[in-house]
Amino acid sequence: MMWLVFAFGVWVIGWWLNARLAAMPRTRATSLAIPLIFGLTLIAVWEGVVRGFEISAVLLPAPSMIAARYAASTDILWEDFVQTVIKGALSGYVLGCGAAFLVAILVDRFDFLRRGLLPVGNFVAALPVIGMAPILVMWFGFDWQSKAAVVVVMVFFPMLVNTVQGLADSSAMQRDLMRTYAAGYWATLLKLRLPAAMPFVFNGLKIASTLALIGAIVAEFFGSPIRGMGFRISTSVGQLALDLVWAEIVVAAIVGSAFYGIVALIERTVTFWHPSQRH
Amino acid sequence: MSRTFVPVLTVVCGIFLLWYAAAIWLNAAWAYDKATRTGEVLTSRALVADTWSQEKPKLPAPHQVGVEIWKTTVEKKITSKRSLIYHSWVTLSATLLGFALGTGLGIALAVGIVYNRTMDMSVMPWAIASQTIPILAIAPMIIVVLNAVGISGLLPKAMISMYLSFFPVVVGMVKGLRSPDGMQLDQMRTWNASASQMFWRLRLPSSMPYLFTSLKIAMAASLVGAIVGELPTGAVAGLGARLLAGSYYGQTIQIWSALIMAAALAAALVALIGLVQRMTLTRMGMA
Repeated sequence: MMWLVFAFGVWVIGWWLNARLAAMPRTRATSLAIPLIFGLTLIAVWEGVVRGFEISAVLLPAPSMIAARYAASTDILWEDFVQTVIKGALSGYVLGCGAAFLVAILVDRFDFLRRGLLPVGNFVAALPVIGMAPILVMWFGFDWQSKAAVVVVMVFFPMLVNTVQGLADSSAMQRDLMRTYAAGYWATLLKLRLPAAMPFVFNGLKIASTLALIGAIVAEFFGSPIRGMGFRISTSVGQLALDLVWAEIVVAAIVGSAFYGIVALIERTVTFWHPSQRH
Repeated sequence: MSRTFVPVLTVVCGIFLLWYAAAIWLNAAWAYDKATRTGEVLTSRALVADTWSQEKPKLPAPHQVGVEIWKTTVEKKITSKRSLIYHSWVTLSATLLGFALGTGLGIALAVGIVYNRTMDMSVMPWAIASQTIPILAIAPMIIVVLNAVGISGLLPKAMISMYLSFFPVVVGMVKGLRSPDGMQLDQMRTWNASASQMFWRLRLPSSMPYLFTSLKIAMAASLVGAIVGELPTGAVAGLGARLLAGSYYGQTIQIWSALIMAAALAAALVALIGLVQRMTLTRMGMA
C-alpha cells in the first residue's frame, strides 16, 4: 500500500512540476528537463507499482532489479553487444548503405533505370523484408555473416530510394549554372548534386540505423551461435530470467539511441546549410 | 502511365532473370553431388532442369514458388492447416487489430500533444526515442508474459503491431493537426468558433492528407509486427509460423511462398489505404 501511495505521489509531483515548467518560456534547459522528469517519473511509478502489487519478477521485474542484473552481468552483455552490434549490425549497415549509395549514383545516370527502379524500390521498402531472415540464415550459416546479410537486405532499399530522390533534388536553374561554368558530369555530381542530396541521404541513413539493429536481433531468433542479443533474449525468456532480458533491452535502447544520435550529429555538421538545421 | 510502365516491366523482368540465374548457381552444387553419386555425367541442359526442380533447393525457382502457392491456396480447403489462406488470415487478423489499436492510440496521443503543452514537451521526445529502440527484440517477451497472465492468441501479437504502428500516426497527426496556418485559425476565430468546432471543422479535416500517409507506413509496420510476433509462440499458425517451420525443416519452397504471400498482403493493404485516401480526399476536395 505504501508503495502505491509512493507511486501515485511521484506521479502527481512529476506532472505538477512539468506543468509548471511547461508554462514557463521555452528554453534549452526546460525542453531538456521536462522529458527527463517525465522519464524518471515513469521509472519511479513502475518501481512503486511492481512493489505495491507484488508483481512476480517472472512477469515484470522492477527497475532496481534490472539495474542490479545489468551491473552484475556486464561481461555477458558486452559479449552480446560485440556479436550483434559490431559484427552483425554495423558491418551490414556499412555494406548495405554503401552498396545502395553506389547503385543510386549508377541508377541516376540512366533515366530509364531510375523510372523503373524507383517504383520497385518503393514497393520493396514497404514489404516485410525481415521475412528473408530464415533464408539468409540458411545461406550464410549461423554466425554473424548471416545477420550482416539480413541487415544489408533490410537497409538497401530505403537507402536507395532516398539517395535517388536526393540526387534529383537540385533545381534546373542550379544545373544550368553548373553548365555555364562548363562543369562536366563528375564536377556537377561532386560539387552540386551530392551536397544537395545530403539531407535525403541522411534521412535514409537514419531510417537504416534503426532497421539495422532490428534486423540483426531478429535474425538471431532463426539460429545463432550461443551469444548475441537476440539469442540471449529468446533463451532468457525461455528460462524466465526476465531481468536479463530487460538488461539486454536497456543495452539495445542505449545502442539504438546512440546510433541514431551519432548519425543525426554527423548530419548536423554536413548539412549545416539546410533550413531544418538552422534554428 | 506508359512512361513508367515499360521501365518498371523491364526491371521486374530483370529481377526474374537474375532469380533464375541465381537458382542455377546456388543449386548446382547439390545437382553435381547427386550426379556423381549415381555416376552420370550432367549435360548443361540436365543441370538447368535439375536446379529448377529440386525438392529442397537452396533457392527455389519462381515457378516452383508459384506452384506451391497455387497448391496451398486454391487446391486446399481454407480450414485446412496446410492452407496458406488460413495462415494469412491468422496473420491478417492480428495485423488489422493491431493497426486499429495503434491508429486509435496514435490519434488520441496526437490530440493530447497538440492541445496540452505539458504533454507535448514530455511525451513527444519519448515517442521519438521509443522508435530508436529495436522493439521487435522484445516481441518474444511480450508474448510469453501475456501468455503467463492468461492472455493468448490474437491480442499479444496485436500489441506488438500496435506498438509499431502508433508512432507514424502520432508524428503524422501532430504535423497534420498543426498544419492550419495562422490565417485560417484567425478566420475561425472571427466566426467565433468554439474549441470543438475549431477541431472538427478545421484541424481534423486539414490533417487528413497527413493521416493517410502515416496510415500506409503504419500498416506495413503492423504486418511486420504480427509476423515477428508469431515466431516465439512455437510456430502454431500464421505466416511467421510458416517461416519458422520452413526454416526448421529446410522447406525452402514453403518459406518463399509464405514470404511472397506476406509481400502480396502488404501490397494489397497499402493499396487499399491508397484507394480510401484517394476517395476521401476527392470527396473533401483536397486531391
